[in-house]
Amino acid sequence: MATTKRTVEVELSTTGLDAQGRPQRVPLVSDEGGNVLTMEAPPGIEPDFNGEHMLINIGPQHPATHGVLRLVLELDGETVVRCIPHVGYLHCGFEKIGEYRQYNQIIPWTDREDYLNSPGNNVAFALGAERLFGIEITERCKVLRVITCELSRIMSHLVWAGTTCIDIGAFTPFLWMFYQREAIYKLLEDWVGARLTTTITRVGGMAADIPDGWVDQLKHFTRTFPKTMSEVDRVVTRNGIWVGRTVGLGVMNPDEAVNYGLTGPMLRASGVAYDVRKDFPYLDYETYDFEVPIGSSGDVYDRYLVRMEEMRQSIRIIEQAIARLSDGPVNIDDHRVVLPPKSKATSDMESMIHHFKQVMEGPRPPIGESYVAVESPKGEKGYYMVSDGTSKPVRWRIRPPSFVNLSAIPKMVEGHLLSDVIAINASIDIVMGEIDR
Amino acid sequence: MSDTAPFTPVIAGAAATNAPAPSTPRNVPNRGGAANPTAEALRAKFGSAIGRVDVVWGETTVIVDKARFSEIAQWLHDDPSQRYDLLADVTAVEFRDPEQPLEVVWHLRSLPFRRFLRLKVQLDKSQKLSVPSVWSIWKSADWIERECFDMFGITFEGHPDLRRILMWEQYKEGFPLRKDFPLRGRFSRSEQLRQALAANPEARYSMEELSIAQAYEDLPDEMRRRLSAGEKTGE
Repeated sequence: MATTKRTVEVELSTTGLDAQGRPQRVPLVSDEGGNVLTMEAPPGIEPDFNGEHMLINIGPQHPATHGVLRLVLELDGETVVRCIPHVGYLHCGFEKIGEYRQYNQIIPWTDREDYLNSPGNNVAFALGAERLFGIEITERCKVLRVITCELSRIMSHLVWAGTTCIDIGAFTPFLWMFYQREAIYKLLEDWVGARLTTTITRVGGMAADIPDGWVDQLKHFTRTFPKTMSEVDRVVTRNGIWVGRTVGLGVMNPDEAVNYGLTGPMLRASGVAYDVRKDFPYLDYETYDFEVPIGSSGDVYDRYLVRMEEMRQSIRIIEQAIARLSDGPVNIDDHRVVLPPKSKATSDMESMIHHFKQVMEGPRPPIGESYVAVESPKGEKGYYMVSDGTSKPVRWRIRPPSFVNLSAIPKMVEGHLLSDVIAINASIDIVMGEIDR
Repeated sequence: MSDTAPFTPVIAGAAATNAPAPSTPRNVPNRGGAANPTAEALRAKFGSAIGRVDVVWGETTVIVDKARFSEIAQWLHDDPSQRYDLLADVTAVEFRDPEQPLEVVWHLRSLPFRRFLRLKVQLDKSQKLSVPSVWSIWKSADWIERECFDMFGITFEGHPDLRRILMWEQYKEGFPLRKDFPLRGRFSRSEQLRQALAANPEARYSMEELSIAQAYEDLPDEMRRRLSAGEKTGE
C-alpha cells in the first residue's frame, strides 16, 4: 500500500514519550529484525575512544549561543563532564567611557548594553542618577516609566521565548512573537523615534511626552497581545518535544540559586519569590496589583513558564498604569537639571544660561553614591554611581544580571547531554552586550 | 516528570514578619536617616574592626577592617539574625584624587529580612592591592571578583581561579578602570593593531583545555613547551 502524504505526517507528528515524559530515543543502528546493534568493537580490537574525553568548542560565532559566548566543553561520549565558558569578546569598556561623560550622556550607553531591554535600562539609569541628585520625579513620569519598563520586559521575554523555540526546534512561535515585538517597537518609535536604542529617559524626566493617540495604540496592543500568548501557549506549553527537551534540565535548587547569585526568572523558577519590584520597590510598584510567578523545580521548563506568566502580569500592570495616567508635567521643574524648552532658551536670558551651563558643563550632583537596582527581564540590574561633586561620575558600575546568571552555567550543564547545553544556555536569557559591556 | 522533588517556595521578607510592607523610598535625605540595623549589630559584634557607618541617600555603608573582613562576611551570611544570602555585586572605586584610598565595595542583600548593605574596605594604593575572596561563602563572587581583578588589579586572596575575564589573558596594558589608565589604552593604535595581528590563533584554547582531549601529541612544539612549563591558559 502506498503511503499517502497524510499518513506520513501523522506518523511524524506522533511523539512517543517514555514514562519520564521524555521523547523516546530511536536507535539509529538496528538490523532488519529491529534489534538494536551495539557499538561494541569486534573481539580482539581495542576501541581507540575508550575512556577518552573529547574537547568540543561552541562559539563564539554560533547562533545557539545568542551572541559571542564561547563554551569549551569536555565530553565523555555525549555527556558534558566540564564546561569552561569564555566571555569578553564584546567588551567595549562602557564603565570606563562613563567616567568621561555627563550623566545624560551616559544614557545612550545604557541602550547598548542589554540591547533587548534598552528602555528598561534607561529608566534604571535615570532612577540611579536621580537618587544621586536627590530628585523626586513627577507622578506622570513615574507612570510613563512603569509602562516603559513593562513594555521592555515583554519585548525582552518575547525575544527570549522566540529564540529559545528556535534553539529547541520550533520556528512558528518565533514569528508570532516577533510580530508582537514589532508592535512594541512601533509604539516606541512613535514615542521617541528610535526602535532599538531608545534613550527614552533623561535625568529628571523623559526625553519626550507621549504623542497624541499613543495610549489608544497601547490599549490596542494590550488587547491583542494576550491572543498571541494563548496561541503560543497552545502550541508550545504542552508540546511533547518542548516538554521532553526542557523538563529536568539545568536544575538549581533554591539555596544554590541564591548562593550563585541568580536573579530574575532564573531565581524565581527555582522557587525563590524574590522580585525587586516587590521587595525593594521603585516607581511605586507596591501600589500596582500583580503577582510574582515562581517555579517548583528550577529547570528549563519552569523558567519558560515563569517568563510566560511574567508577560501576562506585565500586561496587567500596563493596564493599571494606563488607568492612572494623569495630566501634568513629565519633567521636573528645575532647569539646573532638566533642559529648559528650546523656545525659552532662545528668548529668555535665564533659560539661556541654564541651557548653556547644562550643555557645556552638565548638571552636578552632590558628593555621594547610590546603588539602584531594578527588576530587568534578566534579573536584578543595578547601577552603582559614585559622585565627587563634578558633572561626571567617578565610577559608574553596571551590575549585570545575565553575567552573574551565566557564571552558573558550568554548574548547570555538567552531567547533561551536549544537546541539552543549548537548551540550558538558552534558558539563562543572556545578552552578550550586557555580559561583556 | 522531573527527577527531583518539587522545592518548597522561599518567600523574601519571610523572616521579618512584623516589618512594614516595603515601599518606594521618598524624599530621602542626602546624609543621615535610619541606618540598617545590621550596622549596629556589626559594631556590637566586631567592635574596632568596624569603621565609619554612613547613610547616604538612605543606603547604609559600613567601612570594615580588611584583616577581619572574611570573618565579618561569614558572620553576615551565617548569623540567623542577619542572613545576607545574596551577594549582589563586588566592585571597586578609585577616586580622581590620588590621595584618597581605593575602595572595594560589596553589595549584599538579605532576602529573608529585606535588607541592603554596602560593605567597604579601603586599600592603600602604595601597598599591594589585595582583599580576601568571598567565593567560599557566595559562589556568585566567582566571576564578579574575576572582573574586579581584571579591571582594577585587585587580588582576591582565596579565589580558586583568579584570571582575566573580559580582557584576554595576554593583555599587557594594565588594568583599564584604574584612573592612571588613559581612555584609549596605554599602547598606541599601531601597537595595539600589531599585537592583534601577531596573536597566535593556535592559542585559542587554553593549555588546560588542550590537556582534555589527548590532543597534546598533535600540538606544535612551542605549545607543548609552554604546557610543560606549567602555563595554565593561552586564551
